[in-house]
Amino acid sequence: MPIRFELNGLPTDIDCAADRRVIDLLREDLGLFGTKEGCGTGECGACTILVGGEARLACLMLAAQLAGRQVTTVEGMTHTPDGAVLAQAFVEEGAVQCGFCTPGMQMAALAMLRQNANPSREAIREGLSGNLCRCTGYVKIIAAVQRAARDISDERRA
Amino acid sequence: MRAVLTPTNLQELFSMLEQYPAALPIAGGTDLLVLLRQNGLRDRRPLLSLAEIQELQGIREKGGTLSIGAASTFSRIIADPLIAEHAPLLARAASTIGGPAIRNMATLGGNICTASPAGDSLTPLHVLAAKVEIASPAAKRIMPIEHFIVGPGRTALREGEILTRILLPRYASFPDYGFEKIGRRRAMAIAVTSFAGLVRRAADGTIETARFAWGSVGPTVVRIPSLEQALVGAKLDADYLCQVAQIVASRVAPISDVRATADYRRMLAANLTVRFLEGLLD
Repeated sequence: MPIRFELNGLPTDIDCAADRRVIDLLREDLGLFGTKEGCGTGECGACTILVGGEARLACLMLAAQLAGRQVTTVEGMTHTPDGAVLAQAFVEEGAVQCGFCTPGMQMAALAMLRQNANPSREAIREGLSGNLCRCTGYVKIIAAVQRAARDISDERRA
Repeated sequence: MRAVLTPTNLQELFSMLEQYPAALPIAGGTDLLVLLRQNGLRDRRPLLSLAEIQELQGIREKGGTLSIGAASTFSRIIADPLIAEHAPLLARAASTIGGPAIRNMATLGGNICTASPAGDSLTPLHVLAAKVEIASPAAKRIMPIEHFIVGPGRTALREGEILTRILLPRYASFPDYGFEKIGRRRAMAIAVTSFAGLVRRAADGTIETARFAWGSVGPTVVRIPSLEQALVGAKLDADYLCQVAQIVASRVAPISDVRATADYRRMLAANLTVRFLEGLLD
């Protein structure tokens, strides 16, 4: 089935099975390995992507559901101004251990920061509540999102 | 490969359903896709996406009834001003479902049709006296939620029918409402036991109306009408709450499974009720 959608700002045409999982489409067909598959059942958040600006799980979406939609993966995120600041904040705060959860954490954080530019610690915890870190490095991840919120608003003011 | 059909209106949906009677309706897919993956390659039934059908979207108020499109996501429900005003209990329960990404995908109609004993929206819908609107090419029927959900994973939906809207009567408000669920983890967990309560009190503090529902403690949502009647005119105190706890523990019908024992669930159902009523005493 031919499917046309926008991927990280670029028009994309693919021909694949309508019921191909989006996680497989991204990783295996399009070579975008940033999005990770953890549980494959929607419990860990490692495969979080943005569809129409909202966080979605790529393991629970089918290729046909992408038709006409705007998709952002972690590869595209780092090319946006806010995404670059967020990625840098993870580096500054040492928020990456094994790194497996990082793309999903960053996509969930980006979606949250777009709705709430100045989130409390509690709001960040809620925004990331669907994402598991198997290294249990939550403290630094939350600190990184706090820093990103601060840095993004500083950049806007500057 | 499995076909994915994407009708853009109800008429188109019904003609596809007629052509492919075995097709599985899919809204958010957060339960269905996990299940289908477990089934493996033997299952080749086509999927019928409900995401692009306008008639299944939107939340509006008409003639004292709040009408919620069955394909409304929980994120939409949480953010909707009409829900916030008329059914804050539903918004509270919706905000505990899954995590943010799941709430952007999962729908109210999906939660109802999945008919899990642990469905988080189901206890609020029961105490809010929700009705469901079901459409087929020939007709439309409306029935109370408690008649629609008949068992774990089983509903009154017939072949060729689709759940289109959820209808909530607009009551005089219930100032006191509560929803709580206990699970292994705050986010993403399947509830071990859940509770929804609505109470309206007179000026002197006595109860005028009380409605309670419990989830994950029976094959479908549990109600105890005799308790609700007994509470009318009651003045709450510690002794009374003890009696309430005993009644709840004796009337719920949980089973033991991988998540918890029946005894633990019984205790939770009673304690969540008491905790809600204690909150009214302060």
